[in-house]
Amino acid sequence: MGYRLKPKYFDDVLSALSKHYDIMAPALMPFETRHSAQEVVGYRKIESLKEIVVDKKTFFSPKEILFPPRETMFYFTDSKIRESEYEEKNKIILLRTCDLNGIERLKNMFLNNGDVKDNYFKRRFESTKFWLIECDDGFDSCFCASMNSNKADSYSTAIKFTEEDILVDSNDNMFSELFKSYGVEEDYKVSFIEKNKLEVKVPLSENINPAVFEHDIWQEYIKRCIACGRCNTSCISCSCFTTHDIIYDDNKRRGERRRVWAGCHLDNFSIMAGGHDYRTKNGERMRFKTMHKIYDYHKRFGKHMCVGCGRCDDVCPEYISFSKCINKLYDIIEKENDK
Amino acid sequence: MSINRKIITKNAYRITKERGKTALRVRVPGGHLPVRHFETIKLIADKYGNGSVHITTRQGFEIPDIDFKYIPEINKIIRPVLEDLELSIGVDIVELHKGYPAAGTRNIAACIGNRVCPFANYDTTDMAISIEKEVFPNHYHVKIACTGCPNDCIKAHSQDFGIIGMTEPQYDESRCISCQACVKNCKKKVTEALTFKNYSVVRDEKRCIGCGECAMKCPVGAMTRSSKKYFSVVIMGRTGKKNPRLAMPFMKWAEKDVVIQVIKNTYPFIDKYIDKSLVKEHVGYIVDRVGYKKFKDIVLDGIEFNDELEVAESINFGGYWYERNNCFEKPV
Ligand code: SF4
Ligand code: SF4
Ligand code: SF4
Ligand code: SF4
Ligand code: SF4
Repeated sequence: MGYRLKPKYFDDVLSALSKHYDIMAPALMPFETRHSAQEVVGYRKIESLKEIVVDKKTFFSPKEILFPPRETMFYFTDSKIRESEYEEKNKIILLRTCDLNGIERLKNMFLNNGDVKDNYFKRRFESTKFWLIECDDGFDSCFCASMNSNKADSYSTAIKFTEEDILVDSNDNMFSELFKSYGVEEDYKVSFIEKNKLEVKVPLSENINPAVFEHDIWQEYIKRCIACGRCNTSCISCSCFTTHDIIYDDNKRRGERRRVWAGCHLDNFSIMAGGHDYRTKNGERMRFKTMHKIYDYHKRFGKHMCVGCGRCDDVCPEYISFSKCINKLYDIIEKENDK
Repeated sequence: MSINRKIITKNAYRITKERGKTALRVRVPGGHLPVRHFETIKLIADKYGNGSVHITTRQGFEIPDIDFKYIPEINKIIRPVLEDLELSIGVDIVELHKGYPAAGTRNIAACIGNRVCPFANYDTTDMAISIEKEVFPNHYHVKIACTGCPNDCIKAHSQDFGIIGMTEPQYDESRCISCQACVKNCKKKVTEALTFKNYSVVRDEKRCIGCGECAMKCPVGAMTRSSKKYFSVVIMGRTGKKNPRLAMPFMKWAEKDVVIQVIKNTYPFIDKYIDKSLVKEHVGYIVDRVGYKKFKDIVLDGIEFNDELEVAESINFGGYWYERNNCFEKPV
C-alpha cells in the first residue's frame, strides 16, 4: 500500500526523520567547481523538499556517502593502533535505480570479495536506508536498461515526485507509519524504465579475447583522454582506493592511515613500488577501465560493474563517451566472432 | 565648410582624413549586444556611409564615410541603440535624440567572460555595464576593460584600468583524494602557489593569483571556487608614441564595489591634476607626473575596503621609451 503526500506534509516527514537520520539527496552543492556561475548537483544533507533536485542528474554519485573520498582508517603510535570511530548519524539516501544497483556493486567489492569484510564500508552501509527515486524517462546519457540495472528491489522506500504531490511506498514499518499519518492511501507501486534513449550493446564475456587489447580502438583514446580522472570520481561503481600513512608534524611517532579514492584514469593509480607506471598511456587506462567495467568484474560477480548511470559521459571534459566505446567494442568483437 | 570639431568629437563623430567626411563610433559596453541593433548599424552604413562598418579594438562599431550634414538625422536613427545599450542600464542621457553625449571615456571592453568561457571567474559584460553606468558620459579620456581571468584575452594590461577576475580557492580537505592534479597544474601553468604536504594541499596565499585553475582541475570538488567574487586591478597600461607599457598591479582581492569606486574617484583626480595646456593629457601621464602616491590617496579616499583587499605600496611602471631606444643598426 502506498501513500500520497502533499509537499508540506512530506516536509513534515523529513523533519520528523531528521531527528534520527541525515537525509542525503540530490541537491545543489554549496560550491562552484569547474566553472563559475555553474550549478553543481551532488549529494548533500537536505532538510526540505525544495532542496531536492530531480530534474538533473547528479555530477557526483552517492557513493561518497558510503565510501568517502578520504577516510581515516586507524590511528597509530609506535606501539598502538586504534581504529577510527564511526559516530555519524544513520542515513537515508535518496537515489535512482542505477545508483542503487551501483551500491550493490560496491557492496560486492567491499563485503563479498573474499573472507575479509571492509569494516569502513560495512558500518556505513548498515546504518543507511535507501529511498528509491522513480525515474520518469531518465536522462540523455543513461543506459541502465542495457546494463540490467533498470530494476532494483533492495530499497526501503520508493518515491515518485509528481508535479503536485509525492507518492511513496515503503517496506519499512517505521516509515510507513509516518507516511500514513501524513498522507492519504493510494495504490502506488514503483515502476521502472524499460528502455533508455541510449542503447548499449555489451559484448558477451565469452566472446572477448585478449586480441582486442591490442586493437586500434584504444589508439583514439590515447590521443583524446587527458587523464583528468572525472570518469572515475563521478562513477557510482568505481571502488578503487589507495592508502597513505600520515605522520603528524608535531609528533613524528604518531600518525594515521587514510584511504583515498584512486582511479584507473588518475595519475598515481598504477604506479608500482619503484615508480614504474605500467599504464601511462591514457588509452591504456581507458582499456583497463572498459575491461574492468564490462568484463573482469562480471567474471567474478556475475554482473557487470558498470550500471549505465552515464555520469562518465556527462562529466568528461573531452566528450569521450563510454557508452559509445562499449558499442564500438561490441561491433569489433561481434565482427571477429562472425569470421 | 564650418564644423565645430570639439562638439562633433564629443558627439562620437570623428574628423577623418577625407575632408567633409566623418565616422560614427557606436559604443557596446561589455562587447555584447542583441543582434537587432545590427539593423540600425546596417541602415546607417547603407544610407549615409559606404555600406561597410569597422569593428574597433574597443568592441564598438565605427561607421565611416558619412557626410557631416547627416549627423542630426543619424543621431535620431541611432536612438534605439542608445536607449537599449545605455539608458536602460542606467546611463544618464538627457537628450536622446542628439546622439552620444560624450566619447572621452572609451567603450568599456570585456572578454567573453563566464557566459561562455570555462576559465572566466565572473560575468565580464555585466561588470563592464556596471562600470559604464557609473562613468559614462564623461569627456576625460579613460580606457577600461574587464577580463575574466589572468589569461587576459581582452588585453586589460594595455588599459588605464584592467579588471581581472579572481576566485579564492576553497579547500575541503575531507574531500581531497591527494591526486595532486591541482598542485601539478598550478606549478606548470601558474605560479606554483600550491604544494603537497603530508598528502594534503597547502596554498601559499602570497603566490596565488586567484585564477581558479585548481578548482577547474580538481576531479572531486575538494578545491572549489569562493562564492565571493574578487578582482585584481591593473593600472596605467598604454600604447602610444612615447612610452608603451603594460598596466601594473594596483589592487588584489578587491570587491566589485571597491573597483567601481576607485574608477569613479579617478575622475576628480584627473580633474585636479590634468595639464590643461596640453590637448588632452592621458591619465597615465598624469600619474607619471604627480606620482603614484597622490593618485592612490585620492582614488582610495572614502572607500569602504573589504577585508581581503590588498593595495600596491608602490608601483614601478616599466615599458620602454621610444626616444631611448637607440640600439638599432643596419643588418649585415
Ligand atoms: S562506468 Fe560510467 S556509466 Fe558505468 S557506472 Fe561508471 S559512471 Fe556510470
Ligand atoms: S573523464 Fe574523459 S578525459 Fe577525463 S579521464 Fe575520463 S575519459 Fe579521460
Ligand atoms: S580572459 Fe580568461 S575568461 Fe576571458 S576569454 Fe580569456 S580565458 Fe576566458
Ligand atoms: S587559484 Fe590559480 S594561482 Fe591560486 S592556487 Fe589555484 S591555480 Fe594556483
Ligand atoms: S585536485 Fe582536488 S583531490 Fe586532487 S589533490 Fe588537488 S584538491 Fe586534492
